[in-house]
Amino acid sequence: MRISKYVLYDILKNKIIIGLTILLFIISMSLFRLEENENKALLSLLNIVLIVLPLVSLVFATIHYYNSYEFIELMLSQPVSRGRILLSEFTGVSLSLLCSFWIGVGIPVFFYSFSNTGMSLLFTGSCLILIFTSLAFLSSVSSRDKARGIGAALLLWFYFSLLYDGLILMILFAFSDYPLEKITLILSALNPIDLGRIFIMLKMDISALMGYTGALYKDFFGSTSGMLFTSAIMIIWIAVPLWLATRKFKKKDL
Amino acid sequence: MIRIEHIEKKFKKVTALSGVSAQLTNGQVVSLIGPNGSGKTTLIKCILGLVKPGRGKIFFGDKQINGACDYRNDIGYMPQIGRYPDNMKMGHLFEMLKNIRRLDAEQLDNELIRQFDLCSIFEKPMRTLSGGTRQKVSAAIAFLFNPKVLILDEPTAGLDPLSSEILKQKILKEKNKNKLILITSHILSDLDELTTHVMYMQEGKLLFFKDIGTLQEETGEIRLGKAIASIMRGNDPAKTVINELFNSYNEKP
Repeated sequence: MRISKYVLYDILKNKIIIGLTILLFIISMSLFRLEENENKALLSLLNIVLIVLPLVSLVFATIHYYNSYEFIELMLSQPVSRGRILLSEFTGVSLSLLCSFWIGVGIPVFFYSFSNTGMSLLFTGSCLILIFTSLAFLSSVSSRDKARGIGAALLLWFYFSLLYDGLILMILFAFSDYPLEKITLILSALNPIDLGRIFIMLKMDISALMGYTGALYKDFFGSTSGMLFTSAIMIIWIAVPLWLATRKFKKKDL
Repeated sequence: MIRIEHIEKKFKKVTALSGVSAQLTNGQVVSLIGPNGSGKTTLIKCILGLVKPGRGKIFFGDKQINGACDYRNDIGYMPQIGRYPDNMKMGHLFEMLKNIRRLDAEQLDNELIRQFDLCSIFEKPMRTLSGGTRQKVSAAIAFLFNPKVLILDEPTAGLDPLSSEILKQKILKEKNKNKLILITSHILSDLDELTTHVMYMQEGKLLFFKDIGTLQEETGEIRLGKAIASIMRGNDPAKTVINELFNSYNEKP
């Protein structure tokens, strides 16, 4: 991946990613220092990971794509295939975000909470970064207009982090007479943010508070097959948007 | 070398190319001429694979261009408006391209870099460069890898007379190496000494593709501008455009 090197170089040069790393590091350090119970700190960190990381990945990746339009154009007149260009861009962006996350959140977690929960937090965070970078690429490849691309990316974020939960709640209320545990499980799994949340929560003690549903979830997600299921869904969420984006990009006129 | 068969391209409802066919071979210097918006750049972009034609086929060598990319190893392309990554320094840009094309150092053609004296501004970021300097960079990149085919989209637009002359001499030199060179330009006097064939496009159609000898014979004119003007004047719908071309040609001796 010779081209990703130049993408990475370009990203490192504008220093935003370094700022993000420092910010994440300060937040996680202060959370771990302030809270006496490491699990509480992890819970606060979880919210940051679930809300902020997708947003940052989406916005950063979309803006980066539009900014490197010239670079993409230049590459396209060279003997480089379109698929390779897009994948290199993806690798560059996601790698830099992942590095930032692993340094900013990973190092504090390794120091203060080297546990099953901590590791699953890092796993979920990394997956979310990849998923939302991939979605961002799909939205930016789909429209030539910057404002539209970034707007679409933001709408996706709203949908996944706010709207989707609301919709599930509505369904739960509407059909509260029926046994819905399995359906909610499936529905939540369709949203990577929810899936990540459930996955981590069940590793914590609080899952005991969740009653029967919690027990059902714990039964499922605690097992190896649950672990595999989570990973599989996450991978699908990374691969499908990226595949669609590549397909679109290959047909595009530039 | 390049065979174009019935290319059609529509952008939404606007027809950019309709049924263009041509065959270009080594040793030709083809001037692609036509009014603004006649589809010249779209045709070039189709050859480069930047724009996907709606119908028709393009062959490079004996292989069809269909999402492939290797054939671009043999093409040097100078875009009409060279756009480069803002933050990248010029030296870095050249390094990157060399790294991507992977050619041995002795195969590289650094002549234009030297003649345009680009080395002295290698440290400048691309965003600080003027339009003309960017144009020089584009030209230097197009010639750098010693490609078999050169595609130059308005190469002399925006260049000062001295640089323009350097570029023309370079094109002549490459012409003698039996390369295929495709040039679009509105400055017909620039093309005069280079051209072997003329492709005239209008409203997305290829009106004619002739070698310069036939053209001179048919029109009785020696200079390209006059020859084209005289051909087109007989053709009524093109009249205004041709007079425009003709006038601008007369103004520039």
